Amino acid sequence: MPITIPPIDLLAVAPEIAVSGFACLLLMTAVFLKGKGGWVNACVALVGLAVAGWFALCQGAPRSAYSGMYAADGFTQFFKIIFLLGTGLVVLVSVKYNEEENMNNGEYYALLLFSTAGMMLMAAASDMMTLFLGLELLSISLYVLAGYARNRPGSNEAALKYFLLGGFAVGFLLYGMAMIYGATGHTDFAGIGREAARGADNRLYLVVGAVMLLTGLGFKVAAVPFHQWTPDVYEGAPIPVTAFMSAGPKAAVLAVMIRVYAQSVSFMHVDWLVWLSVLAVMTMTVGNVAALVQSDAKRMLAFSSISHAGYAMVGLAAATREAVASVAVYMLVYTLMNIAVFGILALVARKNEQRTKMRDFAGLARSNPVLAVSMTILVFSLAGIPPMAGFMAKFYVLMAAVKAGLYWLVLAAVLNSAVGIYYYLRFTVHMYMDEPEEKLPPVKASPALVVAIALSIIGVLLIGVVPSAYLEMAGRAVVSF
Amino acid sequence: MELLMFYGFGLLALFAGVAMILSRQPVTSALLMILNMFCLSALYALLDAHLIAVLQLLVYAGAIMVLVLFVIMLLNLREKKGIITKHQASLQVVGVAAFGFFVMTVVSRLNTAALPKSKAASAGFGTVEAVGRILFTDYVLPFEIASVLLLAAIVGAVMLAKSKV
Amino acid sequence: MSVGHYLLLSAALFAVGVVGVVTRRNSIIVYMCIELMLNAVNLTFIAFARQLGDMGGQIFTFMVMTVAAAEAAVGLAIIISVFRNRLSVDVDDVNLLKG
Repeated sequence: MPITIPPIDLLAVAPEIAVSGFACLLLMTAVFLKGKGGWVNACVALVGLAVAGWFALCQGAPRSAYSGMYAADGFTQFFKIIFLLGTGLVVLVSVKYNEEENMNNGEYYALLLFSTAGMMLMAAASDMMTLFLGLELLSISLYVLAGYARNRPGSNEAALKYFLLGGFAVGFLLYGMAMIYGATGHTDFAGIGREAARGADNRLYLVVGAVMLLTGLGFKVAAVPFHQWTPDVYEGAPIPVTAFMSAGPKAAVLAVMIRVYAQSVSFMHVDWLVWLSVLAVMTMTVGNVAALVQSDAKRMLAFSSISHAGYAMVGLAAATREAVASVAVYMLVYTLMNIAVFGILALVARKNEQRTKMRDFAGLARSNPVLAVSMTILVFSLAGIPPMAGFMAKFYVLMAAVKAGLYWLVLAAVLNSAVGIYYYLRFTVHMYMDEPEEKLPPVKASPALVVAIALSIIGVLLIGVVPSAYLEMAGRAVVSF
Repeated sequence: MELLMFYGFGLLALFAGVAMILSRQPVTSALLMILNMFCLSALYALLDAHLIAVLQLLVYAGAIMVLVLFVIMLLNLREKKGIITKHQASLQVVGVAAFGFFVMTVVSRLNTAALPKSKAASAGFGTVEAVGRILFTDYVLPFEIASVLLLAAIVGAVMLAKSKV
Repeated sequence: MSVGHYLLLSAALFAVGVVGVVTRRNSIIVYMCIELMLNAVNLTFIAFARQLGDMGGQIFTFMVMTVAAAEAAVGLAIIISVFRNRLSVDVDDVNLLKG
């Protein structure tokens, strides 16, 4: 019996194909380079990301592809650009670090590209199966990357912890998906929404399924109370990988949450939003309070990344089109500034990551003033001080929440921001006012790192000064909802 | 007949699962896990998922668990002596019972009557041909993603496990 | 025969898996408990697929198996790399990182 092959929309998945293709290319160049010339690998990876970005930009009219499994719309496009930018910055940050740690091989960049493909699939997923596979492609690459510094026991342990807890969370996620499938007979979000709107007799299955799904996603975005793995894994993983984990995957999971919410509104409404609000408040507060008492900069940034996910979830809880657009901008800004901060940390930490304490930043203002000023700008942006982009992004999210009438949520977010300012400014205090404990040669940024930091500072200032252009762009992206 | 088979294999699967988490020897645990997978495979066959039943044996019991057993023997693992005291073992039994009771109460509260009526399986439901047909038409995208995922996993596993970079 | 029986069985297996993950310390056994959870999920999918007369659930199981195979390879490689540095796969011995 002949099979009729359905139409294959290659243009829709062209960015994923480009990224995976270049990852395969990297595996081959690695053979020819024989461990020398790691920067060639980085260049190949950057070219791959650029090609993927170009494909993403000329994706064409919004449409659904592959029997409703894949949504190629403005929303997907916007998030794909965020992921590609983030991975590009991470590649730039990695070059020198990997050179020093002797892990500058093609496989590292190939795995970065594979996980980027996973994130893009997640943002585009309009079916639970695509979502699941994208999430796993991302996670499996991340498990390996977390353990990439193979000779460092901390890195091994980070990988093991991430792997075991990640697998545990995926179990819950899948059980939730199975419940939802059983109740509706659909795996695509649109179908689930339709079925759920129709009948109320299978509601309990849906609620149990939705709660389990939220648990699984909450783990991946490190929402409290599913965050325990985060500080350990972030601390143990190599710094560029930590930078990568703290930005892209969070944005990807938030994109998934937005899409699940938007396309299956009818079954998620009340419960889903209350759950999200509670999660958002807990995530912000616990992340901030824990960050306050850390003396290790890497750990502190891990906790603060938890709280940033909380701010973004405030926008999700508001659940208007405007709020969704502001969350998208927030993730863009957060990706830009956070990866660059980790890049500076990688520099200050020196070989083998021996100096990741906050006080290791002491005296940076004297030994390398330009770097200190860059760090100050980025940290101010993370803390949400105007006129940096971090402030504008937070402001728009909170405005959207005010318009949705979530005053208590906004109040919690503002109080948390105040706490955040305190611990972020500790970096500045150390850099400008403290004397270093020991004499060390001044740090010097590699050209690639300079490019990464410059790009993100330009981005942070640009979005901070003229945010409306970006907000409009994001607004156009979410029009499809 | 179906009910009899269900109870036979179902109870055996449950027994294997509980025994697996109670066993002190990793090798015993792995063998019990294989028994559990074998029983589940039989249940899949009862549910007209013939292809999946075969794959369960080939992939899970045949490949994954052999890999696990291989690693256990490679690392020559033994549970540290006395790490599970009688006290802990009984704690585990209580834990399993309590959590299992909780989940099963929730599931049985879920009204199965509200589910769509069971349909008679169409001819060829769950066979290689039928599953293969939709796998290569409606589900071609997930199928392709799975190939990339396996490649990423191979690269990652080699990177982590080989002794010299 | 109602699909409810199968759902109950898979819920029980899932619970056993969860308890195993929480109580056991040997990372290979923890990993096997995660596999048990995934197996329970697969049974749920297959049971629902039979009930609904829809093969989508079977395809989902197929994908879960693929992912489980990939995770097995990566997970065991991670366990080997931990063992190489510490000569132990005990989760309690993995305590370099606070928390």
